[in-house]
Amino acid sequence: MTEQRPAPRKPVPSPNIETQFYWDKVQEGELWLQRCQDCDKPYFYPRFFCPRCLGTNVEWFKASGRGRLHTYVINHRPPPAFEAEAPYALAVVELEEGVRMMTNIHGIANTPENLVLEMPLRVVFEELNPGGGVKVPYWVPT
Amino acid sequence: MSVRYKVAVVGAAETTELGRIPNMSSLMLAADAAMNAIKDCGIDKNQIDAVLSTHNPVLLAHYLGIKTPRYVDGTSVGGTSFVLHLRHAAAALAAGYCNYALITMGESGVSRADAIGLRPGAAVPRFGGGFGGGGNDLGSQFEAPYGPSGPTTLFGMGVLRYMKETGLTHEQLASVAVAQRRWSNKVPRAMMRDLITIEDVLDSRMICYPLHLLECCLVTDGGGALILTTAERVRDFPTKPVYILGTGESVETPLVSQMEDMTRCQGFQVASRKAFEEAQITQKDVDHMMVYDAFAHLPIYALEDCGFVKRGEAGAFIEEGRTSPGGELPLNTNGGGLSYTHSGMYGMYLQQEAIRQMRGTAAHQVPNAKVSFAQGVGGMFGAMGSVVFTNEPPH
Repeated sequence: MTEQRPAPRKPVPSPNIETQFYWDKVQEGELWLQRCQDCDKPYFYPRFFCPRCLGTNVEWFKASGRGRLHTYVINHRPPPAFEAEAPYALAVVELEEGVRMMTNIHGIANTPENLVLEMPLRVVFEELNPGGGVKVPYWVPT
Repeated sequence: MSVRYKVAVVGAAETTELGRIPNMSSLMLAADAAMNAIKDCGIDKNQIDAVLSTHNPVLLAHYLGIKTPRYVDGTSVGGTSFVLHLRHAAAALAAGYCNYALITMGESGVSRADAIGLRPGAAVPRFGGGFGGGGNDLGSQFEAPYGPSGPTTLFGMGVLRYMKETGLTHEQLASVAVAQRRWSNKVPRAMMRDLITIEDVLDSRMICYPLHLLECCLVTDGGGALILTTAERVRDFPTKPVYILGTGESVETPLVSQMEDMTRCQGFQVASRKAFEEAQITQKDVDHMMVYDAFAHLPIYALEDCGFVKRGEAGAFIEEGRTSPGGELPLNTNGGGLSYTHSGMYGMYLQQEAIRQMRGTAAHQVPNAKVSFAQGVGGMFGAMGSVVFTNEPPH
């Protein structure tokens, strides 16, 4: 009897106590960050305190969704679930608010010619696995 | 407190074989390396009273029959862990917590022999994992959904940014692999020995732009071990003592995307500065250098962040042959992770080569080298360890 192997799925993020709000907002199509009200500085990834001053006077706020391409690589040896898209860029976007996050660049062929550092980007929210329900933030050229 | 000239490496050896060793698990390789280091210096195994490894020291000490050691350290911060072990062992020896320290590592990096016999579906022990834990697995939430394939795709994340800011060319990046092959060309145990050109590197398969195949490290099995003791005990051993002049360590980020500056390694800066201060030397006093080169950009970062050249100069420095045989700063003289071997955690091998150079027993020996500096890195700019060795006896 041969075992039926399901198609490989991209790894779905599993939120924890500290990151649940971030991921809940992503599912609603919004990107929320945290900011320390004493330092007046945003930070990423989510923590219940400010990593600069360890103060807990922190708040969530909705990010502008604008950023710039900070750096990237183009992966030619994808994990199984990403094969259809390869080669694709793993990129770091610097948000207008100053924090950076890893992402993929959608809406444009991922070539060194197309992907110019500092190009302006905006956030979009798409399903990680088609029909899988769970969305993650991606970035597209403006 | 300083460990300068208080501690020396008296035993050093790699596993009997390097490359593909499909019949040995990581733990077996760690034991093979330990046996070779014990043989190297002739120590009675029962004298060893400190065990340091990325393997759990409870398991490792019992496995090796080392009964109730007085000092253990299981620091596991990626490939540079063994440089941190050396630093921690030196401090413990200098403090009198122990007299003879064994640091050993083994890794079935390509054969994955640790998985043999596991029931289907069981978690396979992996090297080079992330720094998750405590209910906060950052990598799986903030990087994995975007399709990285391990270090090959994450470690070079800052290279294009570095190129934009400094003008580093693809040819200069490729020249790192070319220069190191000039060293491994005369190293019989090196996996890759044929001389290569910049064109060969740039024509090799694209693995993860801008890194080509020949700019990525090998994947092998292997291991190594070190035995350290206090300076007053070195005369009990037949080997040429290699003294520790200075050490440093730091950690920087669990996620490469969260590096504060993706074109600099601040951990290299902190750890190396500490090592040079303790050693009471400057970069000009260094005759031989080892840098953890999982990928070709790491020697470039390290040359700059450890203060050997100014910002933006490292690419030209390597391309001009100044780290090649005959150059002023011999670098990665075994061929490095790119050409010698890389079982996943290379930090042990870079110390082994530094010690061979200090003993005068390296396959591609640097004439009259008296001071060696080694810089390790773990994870993707996760952890850093630095050490300065010398073969000159204390004055």
